[in-house]
Amino acid sequence: MRTEIRICGFGGQGIILAGIILGKSASLFDGKEAVQTQSYGPEARGGASKCEVVISDTKVDYPKVQSPDILVAMSNEALIKYIVDLKDNGTLIVDPGTTDVEDVKDYIEEHNIKVYEAPATKTATDEIGLKIVANIVMVGAITKITGVISKEAAIKAIEVSVPAGTEEKNISAFEAGYALAE
Amino acid sequence: MAEEFFIQGNEACAKGAIAAGCRFFAGYPITPSTEVAETLARELPKVGGSFVQMEDEIASAGAIIGASWGGAKAMTATSGPGISLMQENIGYAFMSETPIVIVDVQRGSPSTAQPTMAAQGDMMQARWGSHGDYEPIALSPSSVQEFFDFTIKAFNLAEQYRVPVFVMADEVIGHMREKIIVDDDIEIVARVRPEKSDDYLPFENIENGTTPMPAFGDGFNIHVTGLTHDERGYPDTNTPETHDKLIQRICDKVLNNRDKICSVRSENCDDADIVLVSYGAPVRSVVEAVNKTDKKVGYIKIDTPWPFPEEQIKELTANASDVIVVEMNLGQMYYEVDRVVKDKNVHLLGVIGGLLPTPDEILEKIDEIGGN
Repeated sequence: MRTEIRICGFGGQGIILAGIILGKSASLFDGKEAVQTQSYGPEARGGASKCEVVISDTKVDYPKVQSPDILVAMSNEALIKYIVDLKDNGTLIVDPGTTDVEDVKDYIEEHNIKVYEAPATKTATDEIGLKIVANIVMVGAITKITGVISKEAAIKAIEVSVPAGTEEKNISAFEAGYALAE
Repeated sequence: MAEEFFIQGNEACAKGAIAAGCRFFAGYPITPSTEVAETLARELPKVGGSFVQMEDEIASAGAIIGASWGGAKAMTATSGPGISLMQENIGYAFMSETPIVIVDVQRGSPSTAQPTMAAQGDMMQARWGSHGDYEPIALSPSSVQEFFDFTIKAFNLAEQYRVPVFVMADEVIGHMREKIIVDDDIEIVARVRPEKSDDYLPFENIENGTTPMPAFGDGFNIHVTGLTHDERGYPDTNTPETHDKLIQRICDKVLNNRDKICSVRSENCDDADIVLVSYGAPVRSVVEAVNKTDKKVGYIKIDTPWPFPEEQIKELTANASDVIVVEMNLGQMYYEVDRVVKDKNVHLLGVIGGLLPTPDEILEKIDEIGGN
C-alpha cells in the first residue's frame, strides 16, 4: 500500500526534518520503502514550507505526492493552501495553536476528512520548555494517529537525526506528542 | 558489512565520489547541485582530500584537470549555467585525455532560468558542448542509489578510458531522499601509472585502448597540450595524418568499447506495441505508468545516454510499432532515438516547466497513440 503524506507549515518550524524522520523511520527501521521530497525556493524563508513523504510496502516509483492521504498542517496559511489536494476520507492533523480548521470546514465536510487536533506548539512550550521541538511533538502525534510508522522506528530515527546532545529532549517531545493522541 | 543511509541524491553523489577514490574537488556551488560541494567540503579533508571553492566554473574545470595530472581522482559538480562555462576546459580534457568526473544536476534552462526546478536540458551539451570531434561518456541516475553507484562508475570509466565522464542528474534525483545501501566491496578502478622506460609514450596509439598516465612529479618528461600532438605529446599541428590518427583514436577508444560501456534496463519490450524510452528521474514516472496500463507497453531505461546505446535501442524496439521518448526538455535524446529506429513512429513527450512528468501524462500519451 502506498501512503502519501504532506507536512506543511512555516519555514523554520522544522517541517522538513519532521518529514525526513518519517522517511528514515519507514525505510531504515520499519523495513518499508520511502521517498522524501520538498519544495525549494522563496517559500523556505518564512512563507509556506512543505515536505512530502511517500511510504510503501513495495518499491516507490513515482516519487512525488499528488493527492496526500495524510495532511499535517502547522500554519493556517499552509492549511488553506494545501487542504485542496487532500484525498476524500483523508486524514488531517493540525496544530490548533497555529491553525483554524473553521477556515476549511467546507472542504472537511464535503470530502469526509478525519480531523485530529494535536497542540504541538503548546505542548513543546509547556511540557518540554522548548518551542522548537514542536515538529518532533507532531511526529509523535502522526505516529500514534496514523500508524504509518512504528513508535520504535520513530525513536531510532529521531536519535540519529537530531543534533548530538539533544536526543533526550527530542525523545521526550516525541513521547509527549504520542501521548496527545492517546 | 553493508551500511544503509536515508540521504539526498546529492549527498549520495558525494559519498560515491569518496568511495571511488576522489580526493580533489574544485567547484563553484550552484543550485541544485550545491549539496554535492557542501558535503565534499566537509568530508574530503577527513580522508586526506582537498576541496577548493573556485572563482568560477571554467577555473573549476581547469583545477580538476590539473589535479588529475597531479595524480588525484578529481571531480566538479555544477548545473546548466556552470556546464556552459566549463566547456572550453572540458574540450581540453578530451584532447589531453585527462580522467575527470563532471556532475551536472540539471535545472530549468536555458541561461539561469529555474534554479530550483528540474530539467534535462543539458544532454546535448554533454555530447557536443565543446568544439570538435570527441566521444563523451555520460551516466544518468534515476534514484539516490544510482546517483551513488553511477558516480563510482563514472570514476571507473574515466580512469579506464582516460576521458572526462559526465554524471547527468537532475533536480529531482539531486534533492530527494531515499535509502541507499553501501556495500563494503565496491569495485574501484585504480589509475594505471606507467613503468619508467625510455620508450614510454603518454599518448601512444593503442587500438581501442589507453596508455598508462603518469602524474607530474613522477619523473616523466612529457608535454600535455590541447594542440594536436604526436604520441609523445609534442605539438604537430600541420600534419593531417597526426590529427586524423589522434582524434580517431580519442573517439574509437569509446566507440569501439560501446558493448562494455553502454547500459540500459528494460521490461516487457519483447511483445510491446509501444516502448517508452527515458533516463534520469522521468524513468520513475514511466515505470509507474507501465505498471498501471493494461496495454502492451514496455520501457527502456537508458543508464548511459552517451555513448548512445544504439544497438540496445534497436533490438528492444524491434517488435514495437511506436516509441515514446519521455524527457524533461523539448526533444534532445528524442532525436537520437529517432535516428536509430527510423522504421518506427517515434513520439516525444517533452515536459518543461520544472516538474517531473506524471504517470497520468504518460498514460494519456499512450492512449493518444493507441496500441493494444
